[in-house]
Amino acid sequence: MKQRVVITGLGVVAPNGVGVPAFLNAIKKGESGITFQQKLKDLNFSCQVGGVPIISEAQKRAYFTPLQLRNFHSNGILYGVIAGMEALKDAGIHPALEKEDPLWNLGIVFGVATSGVEKFREAIYKLDDGDVRRLGSTAVIQTMASGVSAYLSGMIGAGNLVTTNSAACSTGAESILMGYERIVSGKATQMLCGSTGEDGPYVWGGFDAIKVITYKHNENPTQASRPLSATASGFVPGSGAGALLLESLDSAEKRGATIYAEVLGGSLNSGGQRLDGTMTAPNSTAVQKCIQDALADAGVDGKEIDYINGHLTATTKDSLEIENWSAALKRRGTDFPYINSLKGMIGHCLAASGSIETVSTILQMHHGFVFPNVNCEDLHPEIANLIASDRVPIKEVKTTLNVAAKASFGFGDVNACVIFRKK
Amino acid sequence: MTSEEILTKLIPIIAIYLPEDVQVSAIEQESNLTGELNINSAHLVDVVLDVEDAFDIEFANEDMEALHTVKDAIEIIQKKIK
Repeated sequence: MKQRVVITGLGVVAPNGVGVPAFLNAIKKGESGITFQQKLKDLNFSCQVGGVPIISEAQKRAYFTPLQLRNFHSNGILYGVIAGMEALKDAGIHPALEKEDPLWNLGIVFGVATSGVEKFREAIYKLDDGDVRRLGSTAVIQTMASGVSAYLSGMIGAGNLVTTNSAACSTGAESILMGYERIVSGKATQMLCGSTGEDGPYVWGGFDAIKVITYKHNENPTQASRPLSATASGFVPGSGAGALLLESLDSAEKRGATIYAEVLGGSLNSGGQRLDGTMTAPNSTAVQKCIQDALADAGVDGKEIDYINGHLTATTKDSLEIENWSAALKRRGTDFPYINSLKGMIGHCLAASGSIETVSTILQMHHGFVFPNVNCEDLHPEIANLIASDRVPIKEVKTTLNVAAKASFGFGDVNACVIFRKK
Repeated sequence: MTSEEILTKLIPIIAIYLPEDVQVSAIEQESNLTGELNINSAHLVDVVLDVEDAFDIEFANEDMEALHTVKDAIEIIQKKIK
């Protein structure tokens, strides 16, 4: 029998808030997490601002042993572990005891784009000096793509599928659907899903080089990320992690867990870099198909969508995304759902974007509000032609959101769309 | 350096890698590093790197192979610092 899947735990490490309470407070107020990054300036980056979560030493020590923190240089694992363990705790699930069997029905899909880039850099310097023997025990575990899942699994004692997915900027949304499908098919009861993204010049350099990030706001960082705006000039790189504990409805009800929302279904597809799709640009036909397939999978009509959490990165493609949503849902003008982009506050957290933004989606549904679109006082005229400007709120709106859609799109022309219903 | 002096210098290095349920007082000359002190075998290479730094010596692959107990470590160190 097809299992119904619900969300019972949330965790987040974002540039504007570490932990769900801080993050919730920040997104309600539209607080920016974008700051000036001296390191980027020193290295001659065009874009010298970014979104970096602030993690205290005490927070690190709450999750890692002193031994684990020795020679630890993988921010992706740091962010992912903090978010993942918060989601587990929020769901009221206890890790397996040291001398007991692992939790056979709990699995992990935690995505990354790259892992341990700082660690890798350190290793490369040693290697090039002929000092391979001095790499120590941590070079492999911190640079393997599945490092974050492996660390989480060790802390939790996960005994089901433990893996890492990677699909560029759609990684986070993809991880949720991969975990969802595992529960739907009855192969797992609980899946910790999420994704993590590292910060810093070695991760962001390639994006600076291809001129997709903004160079116009180095003096006013909080105004740099401008999704949906007429003055959007490229994205701002961000970092962090988001995590969601997915669980079968049966299991959640039996445990008496808090149910935030139901995952109704979704779709993962690719434009195949055909038609208008390329390595770096979306195939609109595929984007629209992804949204429509997600609705069909969820058994929801486009008319039922109350809210869209967009991909909306603040590049020239934002108007096209709105056009695609409008076409896929067959809604426009005042009939269009509320839509916003978290990237105005925290930048584009790349692989982590989909999971952090999904956490924000679930929080808005659970608490009944739409967070403000930051830096969008000047809505792009092409967007204003398609949808009513009050559909893109620039102040917090208190309202009931029953059905929400979250989509993420990534390099390689890959798409993910997930549909949620409030509980 | 006497073996006692080396042991005194060795104990804090090894202590870093002990699992939470193994006490520092358990470190004795005859203790097997992975078997009795339960040090993760992957961490053995970190112990060796720390020992190398502390004593300004270098372990060869053969030394690593011969390293099982605290006493083995002391003997290898003694040979190298001569």
